[in-house]
Amino acid sequence: MNSNSQLYERYSRQIALKEFGEAGQQKLLQAKVLMIGAGGLGCAALQYLAAAGVGNLGIIDDDTVSVHNLHRQVLYGMDDIGLPKAAIAAAALQQMNPGIVITAYNQRMTVANALEIIKAYDIVIDGTDNFASRYMINDACVLLNKPLVYGAVSKFEGQVAVFNVLLNNNVTSVNYRDMFPQPPAANEIANCAETGVLGILPGIIGTMQAGETIKLLTGIGTPLINSLLTYNALNNQVYELKLTARNNTKELLPKNAAAFRETDYNWLCGITENILEIDSKKFNELRVKKGVVIIDVRELDETPVVHEFDHIRIPLSNIEKKLPSKENDTIILFCQSGKRSLQAAKLLIDKTGNTKKIFSLAGGILKWKQENQF
Amino acid sequence: MESKIILFGQLTDITGNDTIAVNNISDTDSLVTELNKLYPAMIGVKYIIAIDKKVIQENTVIQETSTIALLPPFSGG
Repeated sequence: MNSNSQLYERYSRQIALKEFGEAGQQKLLQAKVLMIGAGGLGCAALQYLAAAGVGNLGIIDDDTVSVHNLHRQVLYGMDDIGLPKAAIAAAALQQMNPGIVITAYNQRMTVANALEIIKAYDIVIDGTDNFASRYMINDACVLLNKPLVYGAVSKFEGQVAVFNVLLNNNVTSVNYRDMFPQPPAANEIANCAETGVLGILPGIIGTMQAGETIKLLTGIGTPLINSLLTYNALNNQVYELKLTARNNTKELLPKNAAAFRETDYNWLCGITENILEIDSKKFNELRVKKGVVIIDVRELDETPVVHEFDHIRIPLSNIEKKLPSKENDTIILFCQSGKRSLQAAKLLIDKTGNTKKIFSLAGGILKWKQENQF
Repeated sequence: MESKIILFGQLTDITGNDTIAVNNISDTDSLVTELNKLYPAMIGVKYIIAIDKKVIQENTVIQETSTIALLPPFSGG
């Protein structure tokens, strides 16, 4: 048997599908798919993509195998504990299918490497476990015009969607930020480590992500474009929602590659009142830096008047309408005691997304004056 | 009028149920206000609101026959 007939023998049962056929198989063999995260979702998706003959698979993950991963991350065993997931997954998959090319990246995807890595692939699958990565991957895929197959799980429920696909009418389908424009606060949503997850759930959702990827690549069926599917493993309920684009999504996305590389996604997703607020010492460090604008959000007739540093005055009641100049990438707000400036900071974050860093002076100008007697 | 609301993710932990009923709600803004009153732990929690399986983005009138769903984001993988 020559290699070509062996190849067709291997894939014969899917080639037999008239919707799929030899043409579908050729499309898979020529495809380049990047799996970000080799955890529960990744282990499931990768096995089926490798088995189906996706010709070029990339796997990126900086994590190593832990014993508590094994109930759901089924590509790994006891001997793999402590070893890098991407490399172990790649080796296991290569053994399952020697006829495809697998590239392992044993590193974390960051703003510094994301665009370069993603650029080389046709489709990206998100199997990460944190919001900072999910927003970063979404933004990178939008910048590079790459379809993104999204999947996420929590306890007994999962979500699947396909984002950012260029449609026939030259319109690009919705992306993650059309669904959730801003990340939740760090303490708002717990991850698998905190809440737990039933092992089969990422298996099901990851397999659905592989299915959506195969549908996109071969052009069969109806992928979850402009749709979000939710699945509940406890009652087997499936709920599918129609998604539509938001008017302000564009404003929340980095404008170009340079802006993307400068976006601090960890910071963006770690927003809590504590992080947002800065003390007098941090304030004094920041206020002398370039690109920083300081805003007094008190009403115009309030005292004490501040002469000690340059600032502008925009009362809280006006802050949403009078956004400060676009050139400043850091905004520090202050008021009398720190309450109104915190409120203003939250309003501005909702408005500007991750395009600016916004801080509020804790304790307000009264505390600052007390600690900085001139 | 009583509106049926389907909840997902950690919203079910807050309410203790995956479906709840809320009375006399005319639109989605008043729904959010009412839910925040009934379940203070929902204040500030991010979720999308879908009416009859369509995600809405601004205040929308709720019909008597509408089914409402609230979905928070998931991060697990």
